Amino acid sequence: MNRRMVLNTLGHIAIALAGLMALPCVVSVIYGELKILWCFLIAIGIALILGLTLKFTSKPGNKIIYAKEGFVIVTFAWIIMSVIGALPFFLSGEIPDYIDALFEMVSGFTTTGASIIPDVESMSRGLLFWRSFSHWIGGMGVLVFVMALLPNMPDRSIHIMRAEMPGPEVDKLLPRARDTAKILYIIYIVMTAAEIILLLAGGMPLFDSLVHSFGTAGTGGFGIKSDSIGGYSPYLQWVIGIFMLLFGVNFNLYYLLLLGKFKSILRSTELWTYISIVLVSIAIITVNVYNMYDGFWETLRHSTFQVSTIISTTGYSTVDYDLWPGLSKAILLFLMIVGGCAGSTAGGIKVSRVVILIKSIIRELKRAIHPRSVNVVKLEGKKLDEQVVSGVTSYLAIYVASVILIFITLSFEPEHVFGVETNLSATLACFNNIGPGLDAVGPTLNYSGYNGFSTFLLTVAMLMGRLEIFPVILGLNPFLWKKR
Amino acid sequence: MNIIVVGCGKIGRAVISALVNEGHDVVAIDKNQEKVEEVTNQIDIMGVCGSGTDCDTLLDAGAGKADVFLATTASDELNMLSCFIAKNLGAKNTVARIRDRAYSENNLNFLSQQLKLRMSFNPEKLAAHDIYNVLKLPTVAHIETFSTRRFEIVELVLREDSPLAGVRIMDLRKKYHANFLICAVLRGEEVIIPGGDFGLESGDRIAITAAPTEIIKLLRHLKLAKKQAKNVMILGASRTAYYLTKLLLASGSNVTVIDKDPDVCNKFSEALPGANVILGDGAQQEILHEEGLNTVDAFISLTGIDEENILLSYYAQSQEVPKVITKVNRDEFISLANRLGLDTIISPRRAISDLMLRYTRATENTVGSNIETLYKIMEEHAEALKFKVSPDFKYLNVPLKDINFKKNILIAGILRNRKAMVPTGDDVFMEGDKAIVISAGHKLRDLQDIIA
Repeated sequence: MNRRMVLNTLGHIAIALAGLMALPCVVSVIYGELKILWCFLIAIGIALILGLTLKFTSKPGNKIIYAKEGFVIVTFAWIIMSVIGALPFFLSGEIPDYIDALFEMVSGFTTTGASIIPDVESMSRGLLFWRSFSHWIGGMGVLVFVMALLPNMPDRSIHIMRAEMPGPEVDKLLPRARDTAKILYIIYIVMTAAEIILLLAGGMPLFDSLVHSFGTAGTGGFGIKSDSIGGYSPYLQWVIGIFMLLFGVNFNLYYLLLLGKFKSILRSTELWTYISIVLVSIAIITVNVYNMYDGFWETLRHSTFQVSTIISTTGYSTVDYDLWPGLSKAILLFLMIVGGCAGSTAGGIKVSRVVILIKSIIRELKRAIHPRSVNVVKLEGKKLDEQVVSGVTSYLAIYVASVILIFITLSFEPEHVFGVETNLSATLACFNNIGPGLDAVGPTLNYSGYNGFSTFLLTVAMLMGRLEIFPVILGLNPFLWKKR
Repeated sequence: MNIIVVGCGKIGRAVISALVNEGHDVVAIDKNQEKVEEVTNQIDIMGVCGSGTDCDTLLDAGAGKADVFLATTASDELNMLSCFIAKNLGAKNTVARIRDRAYSENNLNFLSQQLKLRMSFNPEKLAAHDIYNVLKLPTVAHIETFSTRRFEIVELVLREDSPLAGVRIMDLRKKYHANFLICAVLRGEEVIIPGGDFGLESGDRIAITAAPTEIIKLLRHLKLAKKQAKNVMILGASRTAYYLTKLLLASGSNVTVIDKDPDVCNKFSEALPGANVILGDGAQQEILHEEGLNTVDAFISLTGIDEENILLSYYAQSQEVPKVITKVNRDEFISLANRLGLDTIISPRRAISDLMLRYTRATENTVGSNIETLYKIMEEHAEALKFKVSPDFKYLNVPLKDINFKKNILIAGILRNRKAMVPTGDDVFMEGDKAIVISAGHKLRDLQDIIA
């Protein structure tokens, strides 16, 4: 392994983190929270020292990296970001336990939005801002961000993009990885800005608009109110609800939109599947919960918001869907697993994987009847490589295995306070980066009931879900760290 | 610039990596998914899997906005067709690899016109010209010419007993009374643009620029002057061998070509009856000796297999053949071959990447002082470029010693009114001159770029 290049890149990440933490500093200054400002400054100092040490002690001889370096860089970058990013929460004393602080931070960067904090409204503004800003950074990917900024990335940095970007395949939009990263971030920034403006226009205060736009853009879900979005006006709920859906769409399509290639957007199988799943779910839930709310439009608003929050794996809510009937909850649980489109900021298995899975299942069924038949799986009009197809099936296998393993380990909780529904939904909500689950971890409650070990386990689950399992398993494998 | 390359084979890959190192945005097209994946993993480019003659694939790759479209597949006709389509889709310049000898000069000119090709290239022919140039001066390792042989750049490897070893550069001109310039020295992996007090050592690879007559004079002093190789043995009746044999026969040399494939031998003999074609396995040393390996002036291995070329060249060198030239396709093997003491390596892909760099830099820069020629010298560690001095060059008529050049830049020659001169500090650039610049570590696009 090219250790020097790995360490050097990690150094750049730590320095970038220090730069990013300057923003919550500004917020702390504006709101006069001097104590919080100091906590951030200490964390920035640590990040800078670590970053500069790594950068200057390991000057790489050659800049070539391979797939394994990509995995190691991505995994450790996320660990470093979370470990240092959690410090302000811990130092300020607002989250007294470091494991809890780490959970909160990983929940931020992985855009999960699951919180350990019992009373959000009493938190200081600087920390609230940092929590939500971490959604925005983690949504598109930390390394992709650094790649867009720095000219000095390793050769073959496509391996880093591939390890960090969600989805079965990574498409380059432009010939150079760096330009692709830039375009993605420009689209991301423009869409976030659009949402901020629309929220401001609806009368939401600036701080709230920023926080909620960051939460929506990264499909994270950290709010600043204990009833999430429920207290805001219907207009604001519609804006956030629709933007959550938009951020769950493959960003490549927005690039095609910029290029004016409307035909290829309309031909996208993944987009149509995504839209169909959303519409059908909304329809069923609207009928199912019709008698709980006042009239059609309110019912439609709540069901749309809840469907879009779950399928985009954001985790905001306007109502306590834990009170909904079983059918609606079952649909939400299904949406949790599916998640958004590949190449978006959403979590979950991803719609494109589901499409590929269904197509390959159909193929296997056909093959059972006609054993000699030759069938090619196609997606977006192009033949899919057999490797991608088998990669998707094995991803599903390892996904199910990981979820089961975490679910069972979570059930070892000695106090036996939580039932199966809580533990299963907590596992799924963390693994798929949604945030709130059902029952005791429902939208109006939080994760503070879990003990230290379970909290840590769920922290790992969030990281595995965001990086799509393989980088975490491979990056933490010491055999890969050997010098070559 | 936006450049599209069709075909990710050996030549395609060489072109792509040269272009990306130059800072161009490249999209590669290949029918083979695996090849596309391999090349996109190794080089920072976008890959599109599909046929180079398919409109949708070409549009997908952005052919409509491409500044340069290069077709490099093994099939000439496919290259031409795909260039034709790309041109009609809106690509600005199209370049095709055309190498079959059925496409003669006239034929090619007509086709280029009809298909609106900007250029066609033939890697094998380029390699054959390179080899031919070296054979004319068999004692040098590499030779490039500017402006139809009015100025040359020659690379020499200093052997143990070379009279140049241990001499300081400022003493050289006095000693040999010749008007030449040592413009670059490759020591180990490092290229040095030497100053006057730089001392040469044995093992150095040096580049000398001068007019051809001066170079002959110098070589005579160094006792390196030898006549053009008269008896040449070529291993492998490849396309390169065909073009080389044609050149050699025209200049009156005796050429023996050995190949083990009877069909290939037959066709070769039919095309070039003047050559002595031997059917046999060149890997058998018996055959090489039987055909007079010990009496030839030069041994050239041009088979399609690098390993065979390197090993047999090594053998020929051990048999004290005066000049051994080795064709190596894969980059990785070039330094290995150098380490074995084979100093004259010819690589078709290198000739091609030089050509492409020259072409793209010139296309990019349509105003100002154009690059007319570009060669990668010293095992690709440095560049030799010829610029035309345009009227708006800022330092016209300023003595060279008063111009603040960038580091690792050297003015190796000025061509004025069909006369070549090696400049001193008092010389000046004048409008219409051709300036020959040696640069290490810079990417020059305009003569203006040499000013600090």
